[in-house]
Order: sequence, then C-alpha cells, then structure tokens
Amino acid sequence: MRLATTANEAYTASLAVSELLGCKQCGGGRGQDEELGIRIPRPLGHGPSRFIPEKEILQVGSEDAQMHTLFADSFAALGRLDNITLVMVFHPQYLESFLKTQHYLLQMDGPLPLHYRHYIGIMAAARHQCSYLVNLHVNDFLHVGGDPKWLNGLENAPQKLQNLGELNKVLAHRPWLITKEHIEGLLKAEEHSWSLAELVHAVVLLTHYHSLASFTFGCGISPEIHCDGGHTFRPPSVSNYCICDITNGNHSVDEMQVNSAGNVSVSDSFFEVEALMEKMRQLQECRDEEEASQEEMASRFEIEKRESMFVFSSDDEEVTPARDVSRHFEDTSYGYKDFSRHGMHVPTFRVQDYCWEDHGYSLVNRLYPDVGQLIDEKFHIAYNLTYNTMAMHKDVDTSMLRRAIWNYIHCMFGIRYDDYDYGEINQLLDRSFKVYIKTVVCTPEKVTRRMYDSFWRQFKHSEKVHVNLLLIEARMQAELLYALRAITRYMT
Amino acid sequence: MEKMSRVTTALGGSALTGRTMHCHLDAPANAISVCRDAAQVVVAGRSIFKIYAIEDEQFVEKLNLRVGRKPSLNLSCADVVWHQMDENLLATAATNGVVVTWNLGRPSRNKQDQLFTEHKRTVNKVCFHPTEAHVLLSGSQDGFMKCFDLRRKDSVSTFSGQSESVRDVQFSIRDYFTFASTFENGNVQLWDIRRPDRCERMFTAHNGPVFCCDWHPEDRGWLATGGRDKMVKVWDMTTHRAKEVHCVQTIASVARVKWRPECRHHLATCSMMVDHNIYVWDVRRPFVPAAMFEEHRDVTTGIAWRHPHDPSFLLSGSKDSTLCQHLFRDASQPVERANPEGLCYGLFGDLAFAAKESLVSTESGRKPYAGDRRHPIFFKRKLDPAEPFVGLASSALSVFEMEPGSGSMSWFVDTAERYALAGRPLAELCDHNAKVARELGRNQVAQTWTMLRVIYSSPGLASAASLNHSVGKGSSCGLPLMNSFNLKDMAPGLGSETRLDRSKGDTRSDTVLLDSSTTLITNEDNEETEGSDVPADYLLGDVEGEEDELYLLDPEHAHPEEPEYVLPQEAFPLRHEIVDTPPGPEHLQDKADSPHVSGSEADAASLAPVDSSFSLISVSHALYDTRLPPDFFSALVCDMLRFYAEQGDVQMAVSVLIVLGERVRKDIDEQTQEHWYTSYIDLLQRFCLWNVSNQVVKLSTSRAISCLNQASTTLHVNCSHCKRPMSSRGWVCDRCHRCASMCAVCHHVVKGLFVWCQGCSHGGHLQHIMKWLEGSSHCPAGCGHLCEYS
Repeated sequence: MRLATTANEAYTASLAVSELLGCKQCGGGRGQDEELGIRIPRPLGHGPSRFIPEKEILQVGSEDAQMHTLFADSFAALGRLDNITLVMVFHPQYLESFLKTQHYLLQMDGPLPLHYRHYIGIMAAARHQCSYLVNLHVNDFLHVGGDPKWLNGLENAPQKLQNLGELNKVLAHRPWLITKEHIEGLLKAEEHSWSLAELVHAVVLLTHYHSLASFTFGCGISPEIHCDGGHTFRPPSVSNYCICDITNGNHSVDEMQVNSAGNVSVSDSFFEVEALMEKMRQLQECRDEEEASQEEMASRFEIEKRESMFVFSSDDEEVTPARDVSRHFEDTSYGYKDFSRHGMHVPTFRVQDYCWEDHGYSLVNRLYPDVGQLIDEKFHIAYNLTYNTMAMHKDVDTSMLRRAIWNYIHCMFGIRYDDYDYGEINQLLDRSFKVYIKTVVCTPEKVTRRMYDSFWRQFKHSEKVHVNLLLIEARMQAELLYALRAITRYMT
Repeated sequence: MEKMSRVTTALGGSALTGRTMHCHLDAPANAISVCRDAAQVVVAGRSIFKIYAIEDEQFVEKLNLRVGRKPSLNLSCADVVWHQMDENLLATAATNGVVVTWNLGRPSRNKQDQLFTEHKRTVNKVCFHPTEAHVLLSGSQDGFMKCFDLRRKDSVSTFSGQSESVRDVQFSIRDYFTFASTFENGNVQLWDIRRPDRCERMFTAHNGPVFCCDWHPEDRGWLATGGRDKMVKVWDMTTHRAKEVHCVQTIASVARVKWRPECRHHLATCSMMVDHNIYVWDVRRPFVPAAMFEEHRDVTTGIAWRHPHDPSFLLSGSKDSTLCQHLFRDASQPVERANPEGLCYGLFGDLAFAAKESLVSTESGRKPYAGDRRHPIFFKRKLDPAEPFVGLASSALSVFEMEPGSGSMSWFVDTAERYALAGRPLAELCDHNAKVARELGRNQVAQTWTMLRVIYSSPGLASAASLNHSVGKGSSCGLPLMNSFNLKDMAPGLGSETRLDRSKGDTRSDTVLLDSSTTLITNEDNEETEGSDVPADYLLGDVEGEEDELYLLDPEHAHPEEPEYVLPQEAFPLRHEIVDTPPGPEHLQDKADSPHVSGSEADAASLAPVDSSFSLISVSHALYDTRLPPDFFSALVCDMLRFYAEQGDVQMAVSVLIVLGERVRKDIDEQTQEHWYTSYIDLLQRFCLWNVSNQVVKLSTSRAISCLNQASTTLHVNCSHCKRPMSSRGWVCDRCHRCASMCAVCHHVVKGLFVWCQGCSHGGHLQHIMKWLEGSSHCPAGCGHLCEYS
C-alpha cells in the first residue's frame, strides 16, 4: 500500500537519474533522520507516472474484481506491482494479455536460462537508456542467480550474449538493415552459437523490451521506490525541488499545470477534437469519389516515409545524463539520430509479402511454442481495442484513426500496406502528434512532458495511454517482422 | 498403362500428356489457375502476370498481361482465377483491394476489362461461379465478401463477415446458391448468394486463421479447410451440424488445399511457411502423406490440378519463382519408404516382432541370433477393400521368448543405485565403483574403474596397500589368463603406440560384454577383451617390476594432492554452468602415468640411463614434469567409453564420463555425450530409478541434458471440492473459498508435503499420517479403507 503514503506529498516530479548522493549534497544533507540515524526512503514524485496526475490513475484498493485479479496475478508473478502495471490498468483487457505474455517470456518454459532472459531485457532497455527497466531487471537478474560481473558491461558477459549485441543495436534503431547474414553469424559461431529456438526467444525478448522502453518514456513512468531515483531521503516538508532534478525539461507539476492551463484556451482544443472528427467523417464519405492514381498512392507513402525522418521536436538537443547500469551498455556511436539527419533511405517492406498473421506467427510458434499465440493475441487486442469514445464524444468509430496511427509507425519503419492510402495519415495526425509518435517510437529517451501534453490536448489520459499501447505494439510488430523475415530467409 | 486408359476415358478421348518439368518465372508467384482446356496456366504475383501454355516438354510463355509503363498496384495480384466456363475470362485480386477482370478476347494489348474498387483492404480471394458465366465473388481483408455481376459496374450484393478478415471464398460445386467463406478468427461461414443479410451457418473450424477451403468435387457437402494451426479438416455439411469427418495434421500452416480429381479421399496441400513441399494426403491415413513433391526451393504459393478429371497432373507456383508440373507417378511416396513393423511385449517378457518378409529374411540370413527361440509365422493378410494401402503382401512374425534369468537387469539397477558419481575425490569414487562392480560379479568393469583410478589420480592419495590389494584381487579372480597373456603377447619393450592400435582393433571384434556373469566369456574372448582395455597399460609396466614395488609411492611427494570435493548443489540449479570437479592439475595425470611409462617407447630416452635397479619412484619423478602430455590417455579412455557404449553398457560410459568430468569431456563430441546421457536417463527412468536419473541430469555438463529437470517443474492442482484448477495458491480454492487439502489427522490445512492414499484419496501431513498408520491400519478419515503406507 505504498501508494497510499504518496498521496499528498507534493514536490518534484522528475526522473531523478542522478545518483542519490548528488541530490543529497545539493539538498543540504537533510536526508538523515536525526533521531535514529536511519535514513528512511520516501517516494519521489506523484504516483506511477510523471505525466499523468495521480488522481487520474486508479488507486490500489478501488479496483473492480477483474482488475483485482489482474493485480493479484501480476503481484504473484513479479512479486511487485510495478508502475507500468498501474498505468496500463487503464486498459485491463490489454494488461491481462500483456502480463501473461511477459510472464511466459520471463518465467515459463523456454529455451533460454532465466538469467539470460533478464540480461537480454537489460541489454534491450539499455539501448534506449531506460534506467527504469534496467534497474528492475538488474534486481531480477541478480535474484535468479546472475553473475553481478556481467552488469559491468556487455564485454563481461559470455561471448554468446556479446554476439547478440549487434542484433540488439540494429533491431532497436534500424531494423530494416537486418539481413540473413546477421542471423547466420549468430547461429554459426562455433561454441558460442545460438540455436534457432534460443534466437527466436531472444528476438522476442529484445523487441518486447525495446517497445516497453518506449512505453516507459512515452507515459513517463516513475522509477520504482526501491530503485535508484525512485526515492529520496529528504523529509517531505521540503517543498523546493532540487535543481538537478530538472532534466528533460520537466518542471514541477504545479508549474506545468499553470502553463498548460494558461497557454491553451479550452475552446482551442475543443475545436481540435471537432476538427479531427470532421476530417474522419469526410474521409469516410468521400473516399469513394476521389480516387487517387496508383503513382499518387505510391508517392504518398514515399513522402510520408521521408517526412517521418525529419519529424523531430526542435528541442531535442539536451544531453541525456549518463546512467548507472545502462551506461555500460550504451554505444552512442549508433543511434537513430545519426542517420535521420542525413535522410537515409529506408527500403520498402511489403506487408502483403510477409505479414505477422500468416508468416511471422507460424515461424515463432514453430520455434518457440505458445509464444506466437500469446503475442498474436496481444497484437489483436491492442489493434482492436476501442471504447468508441473520443475525448468527450461517445459512439465514435475510431478504427480509421487507430489504423492511421498503426500504419504511420510501420511507415516509419518502411513497412507498406498496399491497401492503405497514406494521405489519410496527413489528414488525421497533426504535427505535434507526429512528433510525439516519432519520438516515442524511435528515440524514446527524448520524450518530454511538453510533448506529452501538447498533443491531443482535450483527450483523456486513458486515451493517451491507449495511443501508447498502439505505438509499442506496432513497433514490436515492425521489429519482429524484420527479424523474422531474416530468419526465414536464413532458413530457406 | 491402366492409368492412362482411365485418363483417356475420363477426358473423352483427349489424353493429357506431359512430364515433370519446371520453368523459371521472373518473379515470385502468388497464385496460379488453370484454363479449362488444361493447356494453359496463368501465374500471378506481385510483379508477374503471365499466361503459359503447357506443352509436352516445356512451358511456353504465351502472353504477358502486365502491360503499361508504370507498374500499378492494381496488377499486384494476391489471387487469380480462370473462369471454368469461359476461356477468355480471368479475374485477379489485387493487394490494394481492387478486383480486376480480364478479357483475353480483347483485340488490344491491354486485356483489362473491368475494375471494381469497392473493397477497402487487400482482396485475398476471387472465385467465379462454377456454372454461371457472369458471377464473381471476392473476399477481402476488410471483412466483406462481394458478389459482382460482370455485366454491371458495381457489386450486386455485399456479405458482411462482422469485420473479421475473409481469407477464402469458394462457390459450392453442387449447390448452385451456396458458397463458403473462411475467416481469420477460425470461423467458416456458409452463405446463400440470395440472402446477403445473414449467413446460413457458421462454425469454428480452426484455432487461428483458416487460410483456405475447397469443396469436394463429387461428394456433396464435403468441405476441406486448412488453417494456421497446421491442420486440414474435412467437414460434412450435409448434416444438421457441420461434422468433422477427417483431420490431417501437417507440419506447417496450410496455405492451400485442393481435392484430387477422381480420387475420393485424396487432397493436395502446400504450406505457408518453412515447409516447401507439396503433399497429397489420403484423408483416411492422416499421418503419412500418400505422395510428396519436393521440387520447390521456397514456399509453394499456388497449386492446381491440371484437369478436373485427371488425377495425375499437378501444377504449382512458388515464391522461388518457378512454375512446376508434377506427375503423380514421379512423386516420392513416403509410404513406400517406410518399413511397416510391429513390436510388442508379452505379459511374461516375450517379444513379438512383425515385419515385412523381405526385410526379415535378409536380416536373418546375415546374422543369426544366438540363443533365441524363434517361431516365425508367415501369414497372409486379408485385404480390406476400404484400405487403400495394399502394398503389403506378407509379413513375418517372430516371437522371442525370454530365457529364465537371462533377461534380469538386476545388475543394472544395483549398479545404478550404488555407484558414486560425485562428492568425493576421484580416486575414492573409482575405488568405490570398482568395488560395486566386483561385488556384482562384473570384473571387467571393476578392472576398468581401477585402471581409471590409476591413470587419472595421483597414486599418492590412497593407501598403497589397499590399492594393491584391490588390483591383485581383481586380476586374480577376474582375469585368470592375464599373466600368460602378458607374457605371451606383450614384450616389455612394446611401444604404447602399437598397443593403442591393437586395442582399437580389438574393440571392433569384441562381442557381447555387458551380459551378466552368467554369460561366460571364453578364454579367447577374455584375452582379447582385456587386451583391448586399459588394464593392459598398467600390467605391462607390471612385467618389469614387482607389483608391490610399483605402487609403493614416495611418501615425500612434492605435489600434494588437491582434494576434489564437489560442492553440494541446489535441487534446481539456476545457472546452467554446473559446478564440476575442478580440472585436475596436469601433473596428477603425469604422475599417474609413471607405472606405465617404463615400458613406453616414447620415453625411451629418459629411460635409457635408468637402471632396472633404480627405484620406480625416481622414474616417476623424472617423468611427470616433462614427458607425457596431460591428455596422453584421453584418446584411449575415450575409445574405452565408446566401446562400452557400443556394447550397450551406456551406464558405464556415462558414469565414467561424470566421474572423470573435465578430463575427458572435451575429447568426445557433444552430440555423442548427449546421446549417451539421454539413453542412460531413459533406461533409469524405465527402471523407476528417478533419484539416480535426476542425479545424472544434475551432474551432466551438457546443456541440453541439464535443462531437462528444469522443464515442467510446475505442478497444477485442482480443488478437491469444485474440481477446478487452483490458480493462485495451492491450498485455498478461489472459487469455492474452501481449503482443499486438509489433513485427515489434525484437520488443518496442509501447506507443505501432502501424502495421500491412492485407494481412498484421504491424506494429510506426512508425519501425521505416518504416525497414524503405525497405530492403525484404517484410514484416519474414517472411510473404512485399509490404507497402505510404504
């Protein structure tokens, strides 16, 4: 019931990535409990997410029966109720499938030993400098008997895992570059070689954690209390926040609320929703009349793909601070940023030739039984999830909007649907939303509260979390498609 | 000849001819379809759309329908179909959702006829009505099926699949108005073309998408469906509820299914992924395909029988950009290759074995089994007319009777239970195991253990006397001929090389060894076998010096033995690296060599100055640090292990492997080791030696083996009241909120070990039950059952 204690303690909302000691120093050494000499950790921030006010999030204890069983299962499986679960519970149907999959990947029968699985999770999360996930899995890794030495960096891990580093890098940032040579290199490495089943397990884990890192940043998940940056030793009476907490442009909540309320007039954003709905209606109606030529359609896809390269927030110049464990895994020489500036050409992947339902599923289920089924379910739920609401409107068919988001993400990865008119994306997704999507999917570590607040201002937080679910599942599928296609090519 | 004549009659005089052939396409094909004259085939794909004429010897490109400068998505075909009534009419389904019809009769180069752009998503399938000239049906990813009349510009009717993607649509061949559609969620629907509002019938056919379906050409109401769940099912639709009449399990998801003409129970399938072959199944025999076509190098995407009344020609298109014509008589038939055999144990250990006569006769002619009493019975099988597999003419049945006593495997069980595999220094383990083997009368095995101890552990460790004793005893009772053998065969100066060779040669010629002591080895055999074994190495050295002296070891040995204790391990090691005996220091092995070395050619130089009067101690000293490489013996030991394994005594091989650990492991390839381990574990489990088998699993160093006891470690329990699975905790049921496992003695919940009687299923705390049953033989629950506790 840790959450109950956090209820009204308002001060900094931040991902305090710098080490505790640093905070303590500038906080004036007030962390000691003078009487007993014991330092009592107190939670930082406001509940599970930095972006979503705590009162919006479901309180533990007030959940309904379905959510309660979900929480119970999650607690039983992980031994904790982490912040990701608490945010995802906005969408219990999805959460159930998500937890089941994650549990299966990490704890049930599978080709990889347990500590390998957590280590791969750490590798994947560290690609995006996601200290939240890294910290969680460092604990788990040690708990299942992993060698602490491995945590000093990939070069201390067995050669077999080191070999996976390259795939991890490519998969996280440029999945379209995966070739069957990558696969061959992993499978035929003398005594360090991977088996196909192990490799599929590893690939699923990697993609799962890449996209989970996206979710963590996209929803601004706060660090867990037992992890670095998740607690403070300062007494709760201290109201001024520490200067070193202002990273990523996150100011205190009060300030932000003032800002957003002051800058954005309610009517403005109201029209935003109206306009979006109007566009959807128009597209629905006039799609039959206005028939774009084939070349037009093809060029629309190319334009969207190319433009997605340049969609970036202007304020992404901040230097992210180095983090404890993830620092050891980073290879800053390789990231999405480097080539996006140069407008690199992404080859087109035709989904009609290799799609998840027909090909990917069959391959995964063959090599890692049952997981294909679980992931397939998860994709389905994420793609079809809808409450038929949009902001304040009810009974809206949002399938068009959801498809646009899904296809936009795949478009950024060069995946093309022959039967989709990419002009729709431009109509439905405005620039700030595109910036958010692009950042969450490609460089999640750069997501700021400002980005989160500035898209879809009238929409509910649960709807923004819904968007995030779409983003991470679409990303996971895109990465999986590229990796599995390479494996298929290797096999044939 | 018979087949051909039948074909001719079926086709009304115009027999099809041709051979198995293929031609290269420019691009991967997605679908093919045959013209009704059986002389042309159309191939469609993302960037190909061509018509080929099928000639006797080859395919000839006849027409390229992909015209125009700019490639259009309308030409990116997911499916193609040729009208079975009109030779000029074709329809394609494009990946962008457009349905196009083509009229080959058009005079211009562009044969495109009509364009229907009503679907919003990819169209997966198009299908012409089998008898109606203008009716076309399409099924799309957007969840709609549309029926087009080609005389009109748009669809006549739309059938909604409730936003589930349609994967296949097929008009029924017999029922004019009926068509079947299959869906991504595993459902199959039956529609009446006149009633677009709701489907006539719906049922769930597969788990996961149903990729394809096909109506039986003759049997009214038989529908074959193939799905991602790797199954082909045949449904009988004539009954009130669709009934599954046959089910074929394939090895990969089924992409296409087509009934074979003129063969009521045959159907052809190809798969979506991984598997590139085309199979023809007899649905009554769902485990072995009747025929198999293996020409393609990538997944097959389209199959079609060339003529609706000819069962011998199959056409196929593939992602590997080839178009193939397969002749049924050229197909490989897995059934032919299989050797039908039956094997069964009788109640008293008799073994019956039935096999094809031809196989048995050659076998027995070559190698008569000694000691078996065989009653070969030949019989003719009565042929079942419904049974299509009439290949077997006769088979031989042999019955092997058990000789009383000979089949006893008690030695195996005893050995398995008493062997020590870890936890003590190597020398002790070897001694212990040698003792066990000797007590069971397996002298050769005992001798081997002793030799291993001599080779691998420092002689300084164990007391010289005891070792001598054991060796002496071993040789005196087990190897009566040893002395003469040594004197006769081995000159003292014989090099180790030659001996090595010899031993290798001998292993081959050796006969049964693993038999229990009742199998008497003849003297000759004995000599050979022993010669092949490690003992020879040691005994050779023996010839020179007296036995006693040899093992009198220097007390002031400079290199103290490192104790080789193995750390106790967790029941479920979380790490896969199993802590093993630390690799023995190299000098240990060298030291061990010393007794043998005196006769070795390799060390002739060092031996030269050594007078026979020299004490052997000094020899050993002089040798161990220089001459013999640490793995000098490993080749020999490996040969020995292989020898035992080949003889069937895999127990010995695995035990030695575990005891020696690192010393020999690297010299035997992983696969062999794995093989030994699995065989041994299998044997152990057959004898219910669960503890031993688990110990072996735990001690094995092979990754594949040691993860065996980490799989399926979950035990699912059901509630004893409501019989539902208990998910969260083991002792309280979520549903009926009762404690499931109560102790019958103390009436408290049992949260740890629960022991129960298998007769009356009452039970409780282990201690309580034990205590109770000491005093009473009735069940503590008062049910009156006489419980047994053992």
